[in-house]
Amino acid sequence: MSQISELKKLYSKGKARKLITLFSFFIALVVAAVASVSVGAGSPRLAEAIHVIMAKLFPFLNLAPASRLTQIIILDLRLPRVILAVIAGAALAASGTLMQAALRNPLVSPYILGVSSAAGFGAALFIVLGISTVMFFKGYFIVANAFIFSVVAMLIVYGIARIRGITAESIILAGVAVGYLFSALLSLIQFIAPASDAVRAVVFWLLGGLSTANWSNLTIILPMAFAAIALMMLYSWDLNVLSLGEEAATSLGVNPRSILIASIVLSAWATASIISFTGVIGFVDLISPHIARIVIGSDHRFQLPCSALIGALLLLCADTTARVLLAPAEIPVGIVTSLMGVPFFLYLLMSRRRQIWR
Amino acid sequence: MALKLQINKLSFVYGNFKALKDVLFEVDRCEFLGVVGPNGSGKSTLLKCIGRILKPEKNAVLIDDCDVTKINLKSLAKVMGYVPQRSESVFPFTVFDIVLMGRKPYIHWTVSDDDCRIAIEALKYLGLEDLATRHFNELSGGEQQKVIIARALAQQPRILLFDEPTTYLDIRHQLEILDLLKHLTTTKQCTVIVAMHDLNLASRYADRILMLKKGSIYALGPPETVLSEENIADVYGIKVHVTRTILGAMQIMPVEPVGTHYRRSEVPIKSPPKQLVGP
Repeated sequence: MSQISELKKLYSKGKARKLITLFSFFIALVVAAVASVSVGAGSPRLAEAIHVIMAKLFPFLNLAPASRLTQIIILDLRLPRVILAVIAGAALAASGTLMQAALRNPLVSPYILGVSSAAGFGAALFIVLGISTVMFFKGYFIVANAFIFSVVAMLIVYGIARIRGITAESIILAGVAVGYLFSALLSLIQFIAPASDAVRAVVFWLLGGLSTANWSNLTIILPMAFAAIALMMLYSWDLNVLSLGEEAATSLGVNPRSILIASIVLSAWATASIISFTGVIGFVDLISPHIARIVIGSDHRFQLPCSALIGALLLLCADTTARVLLAPAEIPVGIVTSLMGVPFFLYLLMSRRRQIWR
Repeated sequence: MALKLQINKLSFVYGNFKALKDVLFEVDRCEFLGVVGPNGSGKSTLLKCIGRILKPEKNAVLIDDCDVTKINLKSLAKVMGYVPQRSESVFPFTVFDIVLMGRKPYIHWTVSDDDCRIAIEALKYLGLEDLATRHFNELSGGEQQKVIIARALAQQPRILLFDEPTTYLDIRHQLEILDLLKHLTTTKQCTVIVAMHDLNLASRYADRILMLKKGSIYALGPPETVLSEENIADVYGIKVHVTRTILGAMQIMPVEPVGTHYRRSEVPIKSPPKQLVGP
């Protein structure tokens, strides 16, 4: 009997350690966010930044108002950008985790569904040819196009998989095919584009970046991404069970097909709602789940939130560096994410002796 | 309480290939049923249909007179467990995490004290306490198989299905695991259905043997009558000697395949003696 309580203790200890890890990442994210708000082109520094945010959050404190310029830089330029980096990183990383777990493949990311090239095609369609899939939402034509084509890509993948039988293999194959289709169409548009300005605009969109951050965009992005991440969390146990294979999952009462479908829909939704605004941001979605697995293990109840926090932290640091390093000029964020993330990832990979992937 | 299991004219088709044809039998409560037959005779398909991993036709598989296709997967997982030939985890999980997954049908989000206790008891039953914090993928094949059995036990099922559980194991692990399955039927009131390749082991452990040939039942009954020289010759296409050891246990000694295209005398291996032991 003593052994039972011993093992039980061991288990709750491990759980406590995981919760502490999650909490530390959360604190690190908050610290990074505050630091990020305090740096960049323009003068306001840490003290002013905290002052302005406190004054805005708690008006009853009656803090002395800062100058108009400081307020604009902090509240309308830097803060939305920091929030966008956090939510974009979190949503992309969570989607990556979901796809890797559901498709039982450590090499896939949400882009395996072809959503990125489809979004790029949608954006290019408007930038080059002025074709929009929606008549209203003026100012959001590019976003709407990108989003709608991402969803279309997902539906095509689902349709093909449906015919072949919904398994991890058929979804990966269908996704790769649809991805190639849309990148071919994207290249075609760039090739026939009359003006070189338009082509440059498409390339710029494809590079991705967070400079489009503003409050009205955030009011759309935040609820969509948050809802997707929360729903993903509900599938944690199912994803755990699925990692031993579809047969094992079935015998434990989980229908692998419904998990696969939910995963496709949720991760395409989360990814599309981010990249329609930011352009294609890669790497975070692929690498954050792996880093999370190394630091916290594979139990998706902990790994999914951990991956989201790491994604947020990674994108926030990368974006801050991207806009500060050569300020007022900006480096495309995708370049920085890879340059910063790869060494960190390799360090983790080599410092742990345990075999992480089979 | 053990459950009654009826297989009622079960047929199953993969594309054009009929894997099972009108299979009809009943499984006694707390029985060790060995399922034998050559490759492709439908052993795995039969187990998967019973375990609802493949979807059988309506009213073909009945548990306590209840059609398995009408029971939802989660409730079914509380009464029936399935252990495949081999399991691999794509991502690193500890042994304890894996066994705890057996509680999935009972868990919503948090792991209760009860879930934890039952998982630990399953670990102890298999003698795996010391491996609890090791990673599943780092274990040997025999240990992995035991972990998966512990996970199936954590489901607290009344019927357990094993698809060739000892195929990849050394001889000690084979005996250990079959002893354990036998023990489940005698002390834990489980019904155990095991697909097996080794006819000697099957004769030694099974209460009854179900012999399949090309998707149909060829014979069903106690090992002594089912595993006869004639039946094995007809189903497997090999010549065997069935003898008895000094202790009286059945021994099946394969001699040669019948109807091969080369002459047997040209194959330079020792043929077993005509009469090994016994009278």
